[in-house]
Amino acid sequence: MPQNTNLGRSNETALNSTLTALELRNITKSFGAVVANKNISIAVKKGTIHGIIGENGAGKSTLMSILFGYYKADAGDIFIGGQKTQIADSQAAITAGIGMVFQHFKLVRNFTVLENVILGAEDGVLLKTSLQNAREKLRQLAQEYELEVDPDAVIEDLSVGHQQRVEILKALYRKAEILILDEPTGVLTPSEADQLFRILHRLREEGKTIILITHKLREIMDITDTVSVMRRGEMTATVKTSDTSPQELAELMVGRKVLLRLDKAPAHPKEVVLEIVNLRVVDDAGVERVKGINLNLRAGEVLGIAGVAGNGQSELLEVLGGYQTASGKITVNGQEIDLTGKKSDGQSRRARGIAHVPEDRQSEGLIMDYAAWENVIFGYHRDPKFQSGLFMNNAAIKEDAAAKMERFDVRPPNPRLLARNFSGGNQQKIVVAREIERDPDILLVGQPTRGVDIGAIEFIHKQIIALRDRGKAVLLVSVELDEVLSLSDRIAVMFDGQIMGERLPQNTDERELGLLMAGVTEEAS
Amino acid sequence: MQKMPIWADVILIPFVSLLLAALLSAAVIVGIGEDPQAALKLMISGALGSTYGWGYTLYYATNFIFTGLAVSVAFHAKLFNIGGEGQAMLGGLGIALIALYIPWPHWSIALISCSIGAGLFGAAWAYIPAILQAKRGSHIVITTIMFNFIAFALLNYLLVNVLRPSGSMDPASANFPEATHLPTLHMLLEPFGIKFSKAAPANVSLVVALLAAVFVWFLIWRTRLGYEIRAFGHSESGAQYAGINPVRITVITMMVSGALAGMMSLNTTMGEGERLVLNSTEGAGFIGIAVALMGRSHPVGVVVASVLFGFLYQGGAELALWTSIPRDLIVVIQALVILFTGALDNMVRIPLERLFFMFGRKEG
Repeated sequence: MPQNTNLGRSNETALNSTLTALELRNITKSFGAVVANKNISIAVKKGTIHGIIGENGAGKSTLMSILFGYYKADAGDIFIGGQKTQIADSQAAITAGIGMVFQHFKLVRNFTVLENVILGAEDGVLLKTSLQNAREKLRQLAQEYELEVDPDAVIEDLSVGHQQRVEILKALYRKAEILILDEPTGVLTPSEADQLFRILHRLREEGKTIILITHKLREIMDITDTVSVMRRGEMTATVKTSDTSPQELAELMVGRKVLLRLDKAPAHPKEVVLEIVNLRVVDDAGVERVKGINLNLRAGEVLGIAGVAGNGQSELLEVLGGYQTASGKITVNGQEIDLTGKKSDGQSRRARGIAHVPEDRQSEGLIMDYAAWENVIFGYHRDPKFQSGLFMNNAAIKEDAAAKMERFDVRPPNPRLLARNFSGGNQQKIVVAREIERDPDILLVGQPTRGVDIGAIEFIHKQIIALRDRGKAVLLVSVELDEVLSLSDRIAVMFDGQIMGERLPQNTDERELGLLMAGVTEEAS
Repeated sequence: MQKMPIWADVILIPFVSLLLAALLSAAVIVGIGEDPQAALKLMISGALGSTYGWGYTLYYATNFIFTGLAVSVAFHAKLFNIGGEGQAMLGGLGIALIALYIPWPHWSIALISCSIGAGLFGAAWAYIPAILQAKRGSHIVITTIMFNFIAFALLNYLLVNVLRPSGSMDPASANFPEATHLPTLHMLLEPFGIKFSKAAPANVSLVVALLAAVFVWFLIWRTRLGYEIRAFGHSESGAQYAGINPVRITVITMMVSGALAGMMSLNTTMGEGERLVLNSTEGAGFIGIAVALMGRSHPVGVVVASVLFGFLYQGGAELALWTSIPRDLIVVIQALVILFTGALDNMVRIPLERLFFMFGRKEG
């Protein structure tokens, strides 16, 4: 009897909860020759928050896709509430009581909350009755789980945090007992994340089971009851959160000792190399994205720009990188640069000693279908030293690329491999190598470690600091507050296209920065 | 993901696709009560069995090399140039003007001048859709198609009202002077003791086409411009980041493409017709799309695919001549080849990749 085995199991582990909500036994899934999940077994107790942590490409998303019916496992069984269950598609997963909140929301942006909630779960041909029934049910759900959202608000008018609530409501509306959240805090401000965690606690109290997928150690430590670590497709450990430490989890994830805290000497800022005065950017749709910001960047310092994604940081980088027009004034080493795009582009910026590690390495920083050696000159391909007569000097380029890849420990060190065949971390190392090796006066860095494994993060951070220590200026934009705090010598917080304030990392904390990121200034709070 | 060995990608997949197209064509031929084996024999003997057949096959292939290269170059920048037909017509106009109104001492000088003229006219015709796309966002597929019609109308007008010699009833220009006539393969190969059919239209333009293929290879894979064209084609946002000007790349790529398409008329107008006629392009501009697809936008692939399509054209003409298989069926066969090699690539690719994985895993 399945019920009995569950009871027996929970007695063994002596946890408070008595039932296993979800159990995976020996799940294996390969794509071609790549084994994404190898013999994975976990048991998640009902009414707990179970974290799954691992680096990018460790197989977390594949595992959850199997659970939600997107992929079919090659081998292994899934037990839900003790019953062996076949999950052929997402409809079957929903029927089995599994709800999924994806990293990128699956909401119709110009529908209301109510319309989104019933989408695909309408109970009848006529929309009106469905909406009426749903409105009542939604009200009850919102009350029960403290998930207040206006049912008639249009999604695109809602904040990201509220959109996420709608996703959770959608799952609950479909009677989900097991809720899977994939990297839920990636797009949230710290205070929104705190609210999310309160909601998750509340859901746990009501007996729901929550699986939290993340790469952030702190979240795991803060909120989960148990945690499973994945590495290279295997489940390397499942432990009670109270029995472990971030250091231990990091080691389990990477498979070796890692430095979580960056060691760096104090900065010695020198002259101002970049001066931004009253910079304004209006995007193609006519929306003002950057609303008159002023910034100074000195040689020998790292200026970090903190902020939730989409508050004008990207546009700032694009202007400095030479492919976004703007008004205002920017001087580089005392010379004013063109912001109209008529006399400038990415090439003229590079000529001024500005190097740029863009936020999105896949669509900007790299040509994914170019070999590594072709990518290592990308943007600098007009350099005369890579030309011979009419043609490109491919021998010289390959030699140059091989040397840079070796110095930046890009693995595999094969310049002929296409960029898309490298892991995220190694792709980023190619970009960082290319930009830092030009020895620029100013390095623009956007999201240097997004989707990058812990080992590579450590390396990239060290290279950025090394550049700073050589007396160069670094402008860092990151949505990871930890990263901004540990790398920067000075922090400016951006919200809604404006600089909300500047802080020194030693005189501030996540709470204060989080408030600034949410647009709350001292006077208002 | 693991990849298949390169030979499987460039040889095995097209071969299997062709085989499937051939089988389906055979079924259609059986369906109309003809013998597919005899039909195939006739096609082969008609297109490849004599120097006369080869002469026609290579004549058609020359057209397809030019237009196939034109589509390929544009495709490296992810621009779909459907206007090869119109650009080739304009190229023909350029050739006619140069050949008719300037006295040339020798065919070789005339060939060089006409190549430049055809290229410039074709490039100019591609320039307008290119600038419309780059500056105004008018989709190049739509505009190049429209420019085919405009080219046809323009040529029609010029041939009827301007270039037609008085007294002629034909919408065609006067015959080009003797000195501009291009040597056929018969004349070129005679000094080497090779007997090639006198009647076949294949001419020295084939050599120009092959040189153009070499040029395209160097341009795309060995020059800075080619690097920028491919980068722009793979990722426009990436190109912007790197400071590659999208307007400039779009315009230059389309002009190179248009020039190549325009040069196709060296073969038809200067080589074969020796005068400019209406519709001398005979749809070669569109076949160029299929050739580029099958040839994977690589000059070597384009040349091979061009010869294959030349074979289908000539073999098909023979079929229509000697059997009761209608001309339309030839179009069906050609369409099947295009369908299988171009559009249904994944249908063959995915099962083949699976096979490779299975064997690969056993070895590993």
